[in-house]
Amino acid sequence: MTDSTANALHFQAHEAPGHAHDADHKPAFFQRWFMSTNHKDIGTLYLIFAILAGVIGGAISGLMRAELAAPGIQYLEAWSGQEGDAALQFWNVLITAHGLIMVFFMVMPAMIGGFGNWFIPIMIGAPDMAFPRMNNVSFWLIVPAFILLLGSAFVGGAGTGWTVYPPLSTIGSSGAAVDMAILSLHLAGASSILGAINFITTIFNMRAPGMTLHKMPLFVWSVLVTAFLLLLALPVLAAAITMLLTDRNFGTAFFDASGGGNPILYQHLFWFFGHPEVYIMILPGFGIVSQIIATFSRKPVFGYLGMAYAMVAIGVVGFIVWAHHMFTTGLDVNTKMYFTAATMVIAVPTGIKIFSWIATMWGGSLSFKTPMLWAIGFIFMFTVGGVTGVVLANGGIDNYMHDTYYVVAHFHYVLSLGAVFGLFAGFYYWFPKMSGKMYNEVLGQLHFWVFFVGVNLLFFPMHFLGLDGMPRRIPDYPDAFAWYNHLATMGYGIMALGMLFFFVNLVVSLIGGKPAGDNPWGEGATTLEWTLSSPPPYHQFETLPKID
Amino acid sequence: MLAGRNRRVRNLMLLLVAAMVGLGFASVPLYRIFCEYTGFDGTTQRATLAQAPGAVVGKIISVRFDANVSSRLPWTFTPEQQTARVAIGARELAFFNATNAADHPVTGSASFNVTPSQVGKYFTKIQCFCFTNQTLEAGATMRMPVTYYVDPKILDDPDAREVSEITLSYTFYPVDSPETAG
Repeated sequence: MTDSTANALHFQAHEAPGHAHDADHKPAFFQRWFMSTNHKDIGTLYLIFAILAGVIGGAISGLMRAELAAPGIQYLEAWSGQEGDAALQFWNVLITAHGLIMVFFMVMPAMIGGFGNWFIPIMIGAPDMAFPRMNNVSFWLIVPAFILLLGSAFVGGAGTGWTVYPPLSTIGSSGAAVDMAILSLHLAGASSILGAINFITTIFNMRAPGMTLHKMPLFVWSVLVTAFLLLLALPVLAAAITMLLTDRNFGTAFFDASGGGNPILYQHLFWFFGHPEVYIMILPGFGIVSQIIATFSRKPVFGYLGMAYAMVAIGVVGFIVWAHHMFTTGLDVNTKMYFTAATMVIAVPTGIKIFSWIATMWGGSLSFKTPMLWAIGFIFMFTVGGVTGVVLANGGIDNYMHDTYYVVAHFHYVLSLGAVFGLFAGFYYWFPKMSGKMYNEVLGQLHFWVFFVGVNLLFFPMHFLGLDGMPRRIPDYPDAFAWYNHLATMGYGIMALGMLFFFVNLVVSLIGGKPAGDNPWGEGATTLEWTLSSPPPYHQFETLPKID
Repeated sequence: MLAGRNRRVRNLMLLLVAAMVGLGFASVPLYRIFCEYTGFDGTTQRATLAQAPGAVVGKIISVRFDANVSSRLPWTFTPEQQTARVAIGARELAFFNATNAADHPVTGSASFNVTPSQVGKYFTKIQCFCFTNQTLEAGATMRMPVTYYVDPKILDDPDAREVSEITLSYTFYPVDSPETAG
């Protein structure tokens, strides 16, 4: 990224009052929000959707932490209204719902649908996405997908885990709930694939004159790589879960050993999707953090090309490491050795990114506004999660760690803390641009610090639980694990308090926030969105900006 | 012009998606072929009688037999012996007994593999009831043979030569055929 974009044309929100083709002319309410073809409105819809889904998914994790606060079964029977195994099935429903909601209906819609839609066209100097109607279809596919998933909870619930492994998901789960969850994944997948095609086309074809690939902001790079990962990974998931569906309902035996099939094949297919999926969730976060670190260091990002191609490398290598999720399925030593080594290779481009962020800050004129705090928090959290990831990458160690709380701690550090910190960083960074109003700095910083303390208290003890052998996905545990679980549940409470500041801030700022101005961040903010008014005009760049 | 370029990129990407969906489904036969070829996931090998190498003196390995029946198949199915101690390389014969408890003929087929998975490429079958479908008349019992040997190359594989016991597992499941109708 060069700072040449600062020279781009300044674009006015209102060119001429009363003009028939006013750039800021908006359609009526229903047309605007339910038949939207405007990338900014669709981005807003995605963000609202993601916040709602995040509240539901977060509330579910609150239920789980309450149950896990002490040994024994406390609430499950009361919550599910059932006893014994039926109450335990409710636990499985909770973990499954939490995982699927957070992955498919919170992180992905917020990162890609929300910030991607809002800022990819603006950052490359385009008036809108390449296929505005397809963009609308993408959003309205994810709504019924979410309704299907929530609905499945009312017909017994899908208790398969987000991985939906057979035979638990086939002969082990009768009733319509798992079918509904699978169809929900189909719809969410179709939504993401359409969105990915839209982003790729937009980024390849609609860059403003002078905006070469090597001048694109890193957030655009991150979404481009993510879109390709989506295109290559999601169809494989679609194929795998379609076969699950036919195994369940139409008597096929793709994954049934007592029918000539192979359940391990499902795991291979799932993780061929599942591993790129974790990069799909984190790469846009990398992009957001790169923009923010550069902005609040008042320096161009260190090693721009290295940063861009590190993301490409992570995306490519991400496709050939999937079996590190399957170390305990009886892989032979050579296979484990390959997947261990290939997995560790990913630490190299990831390290390039982390050190480049630090080098960007080095000698920079730093200002610790809320977005910067979240971005630095992201680097810290993601590094902790990355280090435990390198530990888990070892096939030998994983025999001990597999399916313990160590794994839970690891992926919550990279996702719940990494991706989510990236989301909050982006939200505070772009909130003035999207709403035209400044957020409340005090509430934002309180949100960060309380949330930071909360999630670390919540997830760090899980490393110790895992090392001590506590298995994941269980509602009860021996007394020996009580103390760290107690700590984790208290951490959840602190985190929830932090979220309270977020929502208060949201309301306070939307109602009474100070006008943001075009560029509240000063000379460090060099990308095109800061050349527009806040909020940007309904249609921007009717005259394309020129990038030197 | 931009619309045309956009359509071209979109169509290319849709092709890519279609190819990946195809690859997802094609992975079912591809994975089977890969496993048969490499012995991956404990997939056993096939050979003709003429290829059997002959026993390696003093090298004994234990083979354990495991027999399972799909819940949809009204059969009982058991090995005649639980384990056999065999000379590596020697041609061996093991028997399984299957009984059809239903009052009509039933056709079944057996899926199979061995553990630990790395011995799949050395466990070689010459003849096996699992190569074809088996039909049992109502109430009938059949003695089903399998002829096999453990390839002496196992002794050269650093990952497999320490293995002292191989488990050979079968699972019988029903297959559709005219006789089993009803």
